[in-house]
Amino acid sequence: MKRRLLLLLPLVGFLVLGAFLYMGLSINPFERDSALMAREFPAFELTTLEDPERVVDASLLEGEVTLVNVWGEWCPTCKQEMPQLLDLADRGVRLVGVDYKDTREKGREFLTEFGNPFEVNIFDPEGSLGFELGVYGAPETFLVDREGIIRYHHTGYIRPEDVRETILPEVERWR
Amino acid sequence: MQTLMIPEIGHYALIIALLMALVQGVMPLAGAATRRPLWMAYARPMATGQFLFLAIAYACLTASYLLDDFSVANVANNSNSMLPWYYKASAVWGNHEGSVLLWSLILAGWSFAVSRFSRELPRDMLARVMGVMGLVSVGFLAFVLITSNPFERLLPNVPQDGADLNPLLQDFGLIVHPPMLYMGYVGFSVVFAFAIAALLGGRLDAAWTRWARPWTNIAWAFLTVGIALGSWWAYYELGWGGWWFWDPVENASLLPWLAGTALIHSLAVTEKRGAFKSWTVLLAITTFSLSLMGTFLVRSGVLTSVHAFANDPSRGLFILVLLGITVGLSLLLFALRAPRVSHQVGFSWLSRDALLLINNILLVIMTVTVLLGTVYPLLLDALNLGKISVGPPYFNALFVPLTVVLCLFMGLGPLARWKHTPARDLFRRSWLAGLAALAIGAVAPLLYRGEWNLKVSLGVVIALWIVLPMARDLWAKSRHSAGRVAGIRRLSLAYWGMILGHLGIAVTIIGVTVVSNYAIERNVRMGVGDSVEVVGYTFTMTELANRRGPNYLADTAEIEVRRGDSQRSFTMTPEKRLYIARGMPMTQVALRPGLFRDLYVAMGEDLEDGSWAMRIQYKPFVRWLWLGALLMAFGGVLAVADRRYRRAVTARDPERAVAAEPREATT
Repeated sequence: MKRRLLLLLPLVGFLVLGAFLYMGLSINPFERDSALMAREFPAFELTTLEDPERVVDASLLEGEVTLVNVWGEWCPTCKQEMPQLLDLADRGVRLVGVDYKDTREKGREFLTEFGNPFEVNIFDPEGSLGFELGVYGAPETFLVDREGIIRYHHTGYIRPEDVRETILPEVERWR
Repeated sequence: MQTLMIPEIGHYALIIALLMALVQGVMPLAGAATRRPLWMAYARPMATGQFLFLAIAYACLTASYLLDDFSVANVANNSNSMLPWYYKASAVWGNHEGSVLLWSLILAGWSFAVSRFSRELPRDMLARVMGVMGLVSVGFLAFVLITSNPFERLLPNVPQDGADLNPLLQDFGLIVHPPMLYMGYVGFSVVFAFAIAALLGGRLDAAWTRWARPWTNIAWAFLTVGIALGSWWAYYELGWGGWWFWDPVENASLLPWLAGTALIHSLAVTEKRGAFKSWTVLLAITTFSLSLMGTFLVRSGVLTSVHAFANDPSRGLFILVLLGITVGLSLLLFALRAPRVSHQVGFSWLSRDALLLINNILLVIMTVTVLLGTVYPLLLDALNLGKISVGPPYFNALFVPLTVVLCLFMGLGPLARWKHTPARDLFRRSWLAGLAALAIGAVAPLLYRGEWNLKVSLGVVIALWIVLPMARDLWAKSRHSAGRVAGIRRLSLAYWGMILGHLGIAVTIIGVTVVSNYAIERNVRMGVGDSVEVVGYTFTMTELANRRGPNYLADTAEIEVRRGDSQRSFTMTPEKRLYIARGMPMTQVALRPGLFRDLYVAMGEDLEDGSWAMRIQYKPFVRWLWLGALLMAFGGVLAVADRRYRRAVTARDPERAVAAEPREATT
């Protein structure tokens, strides 16, 4: 009998592990897509694309729910994403751009050609802010709440249906 | 258009395959329980049919990729009309849905192979084995159909073009790595099915281990190659020259490998000596469970990783339930049916049995170490203790010493006899090898680099400690009255398999040791005309150019490399690519491989003045890592080719069957 109980040990061990895996499953989905979820937007000090003299930092994002979009002139998908961002701006969402690994000249050209939904653009030629954000490509979009906490992370291109189905509800949720 | 029907045909074939798997899972098991031969006879045709229909489904998905049918969501998300055809074909498994389909196809393939090559198996045993494999297949096919249907359509708004395959995956390594890995993962389902069948049938003698051994070896060999390919791929594709990151996904493949390595050794003990019976069954269950858990970890996305491509919590839940049912029921069955009385098979502490027991204990400790390190962040998170990540320091601090201890016993293993080996014999067979290993190990770093290095010495000593006693043993065993050649011929393939397997470990250890201690990395700024010297090689940038590939734009640098004052030089051309559809930049490394060193040049970022940040690396002995893995895998396959596994055929010739007998003593 004693030995029989001993043989149950592997099962017990597995059940414990399984329970943790289950808990992991129900916790992670919200935090999974960005290690920065529910954290403060990383500190930075960069100039703006519009004005090389103007230095901005993370306080730029406080006070209002803001959508931070990481883009670059070199990124074709960002061009396809522009109509959706303009749409969001029309609906009263505050957008701040991060011009990622770009030159000032090209970044400005891009905005002239495809429209500018952004209140202001943070100019990040070295990709240092992008690195802090864990961005590995563009476009990526972060929703930052009034306190400057990252609340939502969208990797890749925002499709027209995403505007209605995910982005706007998320913006409402944190407003 | 006719081609538009293809996804529907594939979907339909998938459903038929599921139904066949269901029959294969239920009828033979019921037949074996009630002793009805007709029911048991369902096993073979159903396995064949299931394999056939899955092959059709798989072919349909591949066709959709090759024909650029972007109405299929899977194709639209993972392919692009500009993608070369071979990447279109391999993109099939470069995503979640397709890779689970490939997984199912491979499972059906193994199931089909077992049904073909196990004709000498008792009918009820075969029925149970096939039944268990059928049930596993039901689980996976249901998973594909319910949560991950690769044939889902995007209608009526068909995209103009696809989103393209992740550029990281557009590479030869990706073409071969996952299928190999899956062959290994899924291959362990065979030994699992044998173990469960033995538990169900109450026949826990050595017979099932004899049948299961060849399958286990082959699965293990595939997994070994799969892991090595993954490491090689990470080495040249990720662009920073690392070959193992202790990333959760890598660990997920290492776990079943460690358990599988313990298993192939424990199977040997059970087959030869009838010992460790329950233990072997438990290891068989564990190995396959870890394969399933690897799938869970990768597919559910509970652990963040560079590799995890498609994650979805509902899928994770499904796999977890599947894992729970499979593993839970197996372990419950184990608890109920494992041999009640442990058969006392006596052996002394100086015997091959005891050394293999130590091997098993150490490998299990290593498995648990890696498992804990992998799921620890998850545990903390689940208990709300915060988020952390367990990095290489943890793994290296535990895994490396354990490996050293394992290798110490590994050197003695092949020298010891079953049951008992007098200490004097063991000493006589190993002392010279031990001394030689110590001496060579001590001077090796001095000769190679001109200065002492304790870690390198240690690595060389344990590698030699594995190889030298084995070489001596080979020398002693090949002694024969008819001469050395006849003696070598007399050795069984199983013995050669063991030799190669252990030699492979030694080679890998040398590789790990040297490359970890002597690799050199230079990060430099280079423009056209600039030169840099690294370990006697002069790297000169001669040209910078732009190039257009099929689906990317590239900045290409030409680097002329010259060794010392040598007249001869060669050119290396690293690239920085920008994949158009995803707008994703990628580093294409330039490699000059060699048996004793790799030169590795990667382009970093372009700097303002037209020059580039370049990373130049010198990687000595890095090839040995993968060479060792290939040797191990080859050893595993060679052991399967051993005659005794084909004894059912040769048994008709009594003389040969008898002649084959004494050779077993060598494994």
